[in-house]
Amino acid sequence: MSDTILKLCNVTKVFHPNTVNENRAIDNLSFELKKGDFVTILGSNGSGKSTMFNLIAGSLLADSGEIYLEGENITLVPDYIRARKIGRIFQDPMKGTAPSLTIEENLALAYSRKSKSKIFSINKEDRKVFVELLSMLGLGLENRLKTKIGLLSGGQRQAVTLLMSTIADPSLLLLDEHTAALDPNTAVKILEITKELVEYSKTSTMMITHDINAALSIGNRTIMMDSGRIILDISGEERKNMTVESLLKLYKKESKKELSNDRILFSAGDMGEE
Amino acid sequence: MALLLTGAIQLGMIYAIMAMGVFISFRILNVPDLTVEGSFTLGVAVSAVVATKGHPVLALFCALLAGAAAGLVTSFLHTKIRIQTILAGILTMTSLYTINLAIMGGRANISLFASETVLTLLEKSTGLSSGMVKTIVTIAVTAIVFALLSLFFKTRFGLKIRATGDNEEMVRASSINASVTKCAGLMLGNACVALSGAMLCQYQKSADISLGAGMVVVGLASVIIGEALVGKRNVILGILSVVVGSVAYQIIIAIALKVRLLPAYGLKLISACIVAISLTLPVVRDEIKKVRRGKKNV
Ligand SMILES: Nc1ncnc2c1ncn2[C@@H]1O[C@H](COP(=O)(O)OP(=O)(O)O)[C@@H](O)[C@H]1O
Ligand SMILES: [Mg+2]
Repeated sequence: MSDTILKLCNVTKVFHPNTVNENRAIDNLSFELKKGDFVTILGSNGSGKSTMFNLIAGSLLADSGEIYLEGENITLVPDYIRARKIGRIFQDPMKGTAPSLTIEENLALAYSRKSKSKIFSINKEDRKVFVELLSMLGLGLENRLKTKIGLLSGGQRQAVTLLMSTIADPSLLLLDEHTAALDPNTAVKILEITKELVEYSKTSTMMITHDINAALSIGNRTIMMDSGRIILDISGEERKNMTVESLLKLYKKESKKELSNDRILFSAGDMGEE
Repeated sequence: MALLLTGAIQLGMIYAIMAMGVFISFRILNVPDLTVEGSFTLGVAVSAVVATKGHPVLALFCALLAGAAAGLVTSFLHTKIRIQTILAGILTMTSLYTINLAIMGGRANISLFASETVLTLLEKSTGLSSGMVKTIVTIAVTAIVFALLSLFFKTRFGLKIRATGDNEEMVRASSINASVTKCAGLMLGNACVALSGAMLCQYQKSADISLGAGMVVVGLASVIIGEALVGKRNVILGILSVVVGSVAYQIIIAIALKVRLLPAYGLKLISACIVAISLTLPVVRDEIKKVRRGKKNV
C-alpha cells in the first residue's frame, strides 16, 4: 500500500442521470498507480479520459466509488485542497501561467512552499534555482527572468507551466493533452522536456495523449480507455514489444469498434495535430 | 498661476491615494469595484467626526480601517454570496450612504474650521506657512502610501493577489485561496480610498456627504492618464504612474477651470469623457488595422 500513490476503487460518474442524455462517462473504473510510475493514457474522444482527471483532481465529484491519494481517502476533498498535492496541465497554454507576471514571478508562485524567503516573493537563492531549472529547458529562458509570460509563445509558456508544476513537488502530475495545441515541432520539444522534468523530479505522472508513438515511448506503462473503462493496461516486456499496429488491433478487439471511424487514433504519429 | 499649480499638485496628491486604491481593484485585481464611491465618503465622514473630537491623526487611521471594512463587506457579498462584483459594490455603496450620514450625525456637512487638522497641527509645531505645510503633508502621505504599496506587492502575499487578478483559474489550481486574495485586495483598495477621503476632508476643512460621487471615474481617469504618461512595465511603475496621472489630471482640470473652458459643474462630464475616449482608442486602433489589412488584400 505504501508505494501506491493513487487508487481509484469502482468509481462511476454519470452525466445527466435519469434523462435521455444519460451518459456513463466513467463506468465502475478501478485503477492503481505506483509511486514513480509514468503512465500514458490513450483513448478516443469522449472515452472519459479528461473526466477521470477531473475526478482525481476534484473538479468533479464521483457518484460512487472511492479515490485515495497516498493512502488518504480524498473522494470528497475540495479541489483547491487537492491542488496542494496534484499538479495539472491542460491543453491550453494560456491556462497555466499568469500573463502579466514575469517568468520569475510565475515560478515564485509555484516555488512559494520551498522558498527560503519568508516575506518577499523572490530572493537571490530562489533566482539561482530558477536560472538552473530554466536552463534545463534549453529554450534560453534563463536569460529572460524579467520578461512577462504573456510575451512568450505557446510552447514556451507550456514549458514554464511544466516547470512550475514540477518545482511545486506534487505527489501526482496530471497532463491532459498538454501538447495538443502546439505546432508539431514544438509538441515534440515539449514532450522531451516533459520526459526530462518527470525523470528529474521523479514525480508520479499520468499523461493523456493522442499520439500512440509518444504513448508507447514515454513512461513505463500505457492504458487505453473506452466508454469510461480501462480496456487495456500494458507495461514491462509486453509494452516494450508493442507496436502501433498491434496496439490498434488490440483496441479494435477490446472496444469492438471500427478504427476507421476513429479519427483520433488514426492520427497516431502526427504529434497530435488535428 | 503658481498658486493654481501648487493647489492642483496638493489635490492631485490627495486624490492619488484614492486612484491607487482604484488601481488595486480595477487593474491589479481586475474587479470593477464601485464600493469606492461610498468608501471615499466614509473616509471623509470618519475623519471629520474623529478630527472634530480633537484627534486628527487618529482620524486618518480610523478612516483606513473603516475603508478596509467596506471592502470586506463587498468581497463577502461577492465571494461568499456570489453576487456579481458590480452589484456587490453598488449594494455596499448604497448602504454606505446611510451609514455615512449616521456617522455625521444626520448632517449632510460638517465644518472643521474650529478644530485641529493634521495640517494645522504641523503648522503650529513647525512654524511653516500654511501653503508649505499643505504641500509637504500631501506629498509625504502619498509617498508613504506609494512606498508601502510597492513593498507589499513584492511580498509573497502581494504576488498572490496580483496573480489572482491575472489568471484566477491558475491561482485556484495552484492551491491559493482566491477568495482570500480577492478579499485582501478589495480591503486594501478601499482602505486607500477612505484615507484619501480623510485627507481631503482635513485639507479643505469640511466634510460633505456628496464628496465621493464620481470618484470611480476620477480614479480611472488618473490611472489611464498615468499609464499613457509613464507606462506600466511593472507593478511599481504602474502604481507610480497613477500618482503622476492624478496630479496631471488635477492640473488639467485646474487650467480648464481657470481659462473658463468649462463651468465647475462640467467636471464630471469631462472626466467621464476622458475615460470613455481612452477606452475607445484600442477599438479604433483595431478597426484601423482591419481596414489597412483589407486594403492590402484587395
Ligand atoms: N461537464 C460535463 N457535463 C456533461 N457531460 C460531460 C461533461 N464532461 C464530459 N462529459 C461527457 O463525458 C464523456 C467523456 O468526456 P471526456 O472525459 O471529456 O472525454 P475525453 O477527454 O476522453 O475526450 C463525453 O461524452 C462528454 O460529452
Ligand atoms: Mg479530453
